[in-house]
Amino acid sequence: MTTGVLALQGAFALHQSRLESLGEQVVQVRAPADLQGVERLVIPGGESTTVSMLAERFDLLGPLTEFAQSGKAVLGTCAGAILLSAEIQDGRADQHCLGAIDISTRRNGFGRQVDSFEQDVQIPVLGDPPFHAVCIRAPVISRVGESVTVLATIDSRPALVRSGAIIVSIFHPELVEDLRLHHLFLSL
Amino acid sequence: MSSTSFESTVPTTGSQLVKRGLAEMFCGGVIMDVVNPEQARIAEDAGACAVMALERVPADIRVDGGVARMSDPEMIQGIQAAVTIPVMAKARIGHFVEAQILEALGVDYIDESEVLTPADEAHHIDKWKFTVPFVCGATNLGEALRRISEGACLIRSKGEAGTGNIVEAVRHLRAINGDIRALTLADSAELFDWAKQLRAPLALVQEIAETGKLPVPLFCAGGIATPADAALAMQLGAQAVFVGSGIFKSDDPAPRAKAIVEATTNYLDPHILAKVSRGLGAPMTGIGMDDLDIKLADRGW
Repeated sequence: MTTGVLALQGAFALHQSRLESLGEQVVQVRAPADLQGVERLVIPGGESTTVSMLAERFDLLGPLTEFAQSGKAVLGTCAGAILLSAEIQDGRADQHCLGAIDISTRRNGFGRQVDSFEQDVQIPVLGDPPFHAVCIRAPVISRVGESVTVLATIDSRPALVRSGAIIVSIFHPELVEDLRLHHLFLSL
Repeated sequence: MSSTSFESTVPTTGSQLVKRGLAEMFCGGVIMDVVNPEQARIAEDAGACAVMALERVPADIRVDGGVARMSDPEMIQGIQAAVTIPVMAKARIGHFVEAQILEALGVDYIDESEVLTPADEAHHIDKWKFTVPFVCGATNLGEALRRISEGACLIRSKGEAGTGNIVEAVRHLRAINGDIRALTLADSAELFDWAKQLRAPLALVQEIAETGKLPVPLFCAGGIATPADAALAMQLGAQAVFVGSGIFKSDDPAPRAKAIVEATTNYLDPHILAKVSRGLGAPMTGIGMDDLDIKLADRGW
């Protein structure tokens, strides 16, 4: 099975190397044609406004929405969470979201870079030990719909959520050696 | 602190992981120099992944002369209010109080920059003391490793700022990546001499010999004026690009900014590069290296 990593801007190369270390075949996605044969997709962290604009300019908004609605597995981290969400708060007026998962995200809800942090988080679906979550100018998931399951929280707010085959985290699993979240994604 | 049954331990800010982490998020992107809120909005509209707030772009600093310092906090705050993307700002080499002020303003990254007039001719800022991360310029691998040992979380080529001439940035990227490649072929005894020659900590030299890459991201800065320049830097191994004077000293900044963003994403696709390079108007005029009075890249130790 081939896993795609959206490579418009951001931490796509780190996700790719984590997935490859798990034996996955990975392709970088920059255009609709790159999605051919892709069975699973990672939407990485980066600057969400930049990713939204580039997705629009390179005609990826429609194909990405279709991909997420097709039931194939999608992992969105940080900016990826924002792009996958149903509603964006504190975004640009022209910023797009795919509506792939029924959550609202508030950009930079945890503050600026001086407020960025790392913290151990219990994630029951990943078992012990706790997962080391790195949050970089992280968004806040400010609302979750009924179809969405909260898998972990940080500061009492959802940090890892799932709906069907779509998993969304506000933190960056690609920044740590722990591969359990990527492994879970590959098992969907 | 309120908590649910899921959580454990307290959050840590300002760690290397958190500071280097933001640098990773800039990868594949363009960071643009801006001198006022209007330019910052043009940069954000074009798809910049961050802006660098400064009082004068390097091309103007060259023309004006005098001492170039940290920007007025009011101007930085104006830019922070104008955009939602990360805002960086420059401090003079060794001027740790300018850095303290920038941290207090909540800037997202500090560039300890040779573009400003150095405040200390022997010491760079001890960057480990700060919560805010630092980017520093380098012309070669030894300089990059000295900056990393001082706590820099992102390295950029110095290039030659304000010239619109990519030649120096190319030299610096080739020097850094060439030496990294050579290090991976050195045997363990040779690494001691490498550390001595590079004037860099042995532990970092040994780490790079093992991993084949810097422990922090490497970006390109200094002289990028066209989409092709940005793609050249990326193909030479830069993971993102800083564009200084190249955008707002050109005839028509907005489309050029957008084209450089698109070229940076699609740096390996000549057909897209051809398409985005069309009809952008005149780039900044630029300066040949032989015509320079001052080489900014010589600043830093």
